[in-house]
Amino acid sequence: MSTLEIKDLHVSIETEQGNKEILKGVSLVIKTGETHAIMGPNGSGKSTLASTIAGHPRYIVTSGSITLDGADVLEMGVDERARAGMFLAMQYPVEVPGVSMTNFLRTAKTAIDGVAPKLRTWTKDVKTAMEALKIDAEFASRNVNEGFSGGEKKRVEILQLELFKPKFAILDETDSGLDVDALKVVSEGVNRAQEQNEMGTLLITHYTRILRYIKPDFVHVFVDGKIAEQGGAELADRLEEEGYDRFLNVPA
Amino acid sequence: MTDTATHLTGEKARIGAPSIAGFTEEGENLSPLNAAASPIGGDASKAHSHGGGAGIPDSSRAGRKTSYNVEDFPVLTGREEDFRFTPLKRMGGLHKNELTGVAPALTVEGANVSTLETVAMTDARVGSAGIPEDRISANAWKHAAEAKIVTIPANSTGEQVTLTYTGTSLDAAASHMVVIAEANSESVVVIDHVGSAVLAQNIEFDIRQGAKLTVISLQAWAEDAIHASSHLAKVGKDAHLKHIAVTYGGNLVRMTPSAHFEGEGGEVELFGLYFADAGQHLEHRLFVDHATENCKSNVLYKGALQGKDAHTVWVGDVLIRKEAKGTNSYEANRNLVLTEGARADSVPNLEIETGLIDGAGHASTTGRFDDEHLFYLMSRGIDEKTARRLVVRGFLNEIVQQIRVPEIEERLAETIERELAATDN
Repeated sequence: MSTLEIKDLHVSIETEQGNKEILKGVSLVIKTGETHAIMGPNGSGKSTLASTIAGHPRYIVTSGSITLDGADVLEMGVDERARAGMFLAMQYPVEVPGVSMTNFLRTAKTAIDGVAPKLRTWTKDVKTAMEALKIDAEFASRNVNEGFSGGEKKRVEILQLELFKPKFAILDETDSGLDVDALKVVSEGVNRAQEQNEMGTLLITHYTRILRYIKPDFVHVFVDGKIAEQGGAELADRLEEEGYDRFLNVPA
Repeated sequence: MTDTATHLTGEKARIGAPSIAGFTEEGENLSPLNAAASPIGGDASKAHSHGGGAGIPDSSRAGRKTSYNVEDFPVLTGREEDFRFTPLKRMGGLHKNELTGVAPALTVEGANVSTLETVAMTDARVGSAGIPEDRISANAWKHAAEAKIVTIPANSTGEQVTLTYTGTSLDAAASHMVVIAEANSESVVVIDHVGSAVLAQNIEFDIRQGAKLTVISLQAWAEDAIHASSHLAKVGKDAHLKHIAVTYGGNLVRMTPSAHFEGEGGEVELFGLYFADAGQHLEHRLFVDHATENCKSNVLYKGALQGKDAHTVWVGDVLIRKEAKGTNSYEANRNLVLTEGARADSVPNLEIETGLIDGAGHASTTGRFDDEHLFYLMSRGIDEKTARRLVVRGFLNEIVQQIRVPEIEERLAETIERELAATDN
């Protein structure tokens, strides 16, 4: 079993008006096999947490720590974090012109595992995973995310999740821009990965609908860069009915 | 448009095809001078002392002088619009001297049905597809001792011929070639330039009705070469030209591919790939002249630059004349600056004189490595060095993939690897 631990994390970004603090002391412990949902209104810092864990250079950690089984994640480069077993399914996956999906997937798999995957089983694995996610076979020869629709990009993120088999997956608003059918397909992919790899999942979402398909063990409500409330799956149901208003209309 | 290496410029939206009288589009050159029956005249021509009093060289591509006689072009000063980026001092005299050196030898491979003739410059076919559009081209015309004529017979398919120019002298020389793709032929012509030379060159392409011609021109010179190359294409009715310029050799290379539509239904694709190292000046100025109805053009040039004083210039002139209704045109240039000290100039010029078009657009970007590309790849465990290589290879592969001649694609892949290894990218 592995543990991803976030302790009193403070994160800023540089703006033209100077540094702006986005995360104001976040603490969270995720173990493999667990699913944590992070919910909250727009601008509360949910995606900042995701990008900070992955090591995006835009986000500056001013204090606090992130550790993976005791190892200092903040000391690791972006690629080292991935090789250590973390995966970020991005909210807006970028297009990388000229790099084919096939080439990209194989290069990444080789980097993560430290050895090139055996060609025959790898090709089969990719094909099977693509079929399960209802991704057309011709996507393999297309360039990474190039010309993919929003929904296709999200499926391809989950395809990588299934193929790379991380210990911890952070899903940054994977549900946004998906219709009901696509949401189901993508959720099934996440559930498969969790069953097969004992994966720990940090599911970041604004809406509760994805939680119908991916059952969270814990729900954390993010407001203004902090966790305002925590609970089990029932907290999500309450948010479904009440929205975030009660967190935003804080009495003076 | 951008004149600096580091600025990123956004894409301009494609312009739709509203049939609106007096079509005006923000940012496009709709000089009232061009709307007149003749593009020549008006105040602008008087404002310019050069240009022989005729034409409006700096306000519209339509006003640019063309002539077979070098004397019709004024002596270059470097201030002219079409030479403002070119370091004339490094041109080896191609623009002013007698070009009496021995031209690079031409060898031919793979000619099965096509023929190669050597003829006098007085042959009727010389000048049948193009007229020089600048002084260097006219100077080459004047001094070329002979012309080579490649003819791809009508209705033939599958011809793939490689013409290799091998330079062995740094005496300024001139050469001339005419490639005739006869009606309904389908062929690939590779024109390779290797060795050392100081060469002013004209290549005419006469692409006749229904013909499909792919031209791959490789400027793979030794590092001391100086090359000014004018490609003049005449695209017939329903004819198709795919032209790919690949430039990485030489000290200074200035290529000016231009395509003129002569009949309806023509299509032109102009692709380019350049890789400039320290001290190299690689310039591509292209011109697509939409003078007839219902023709299509698509332009994409991509370049990578590295090292001190590596300089690339890309200027894309697309002119959609009043007569060219139903035109569909797009041009883009993308540059990737790999190190400090390199400079990419990129200037797309789109002139539209009719509103009755299907579409026209242009884009230009010059940037460093895209940090978001790097982040994406690295977040998948790929180390920075490998990620950078993937991105650069990927960036240039978009053009390499267009070549579809395996030997050349391989050769270019190797060249790109070698170039990247040089700066540890």
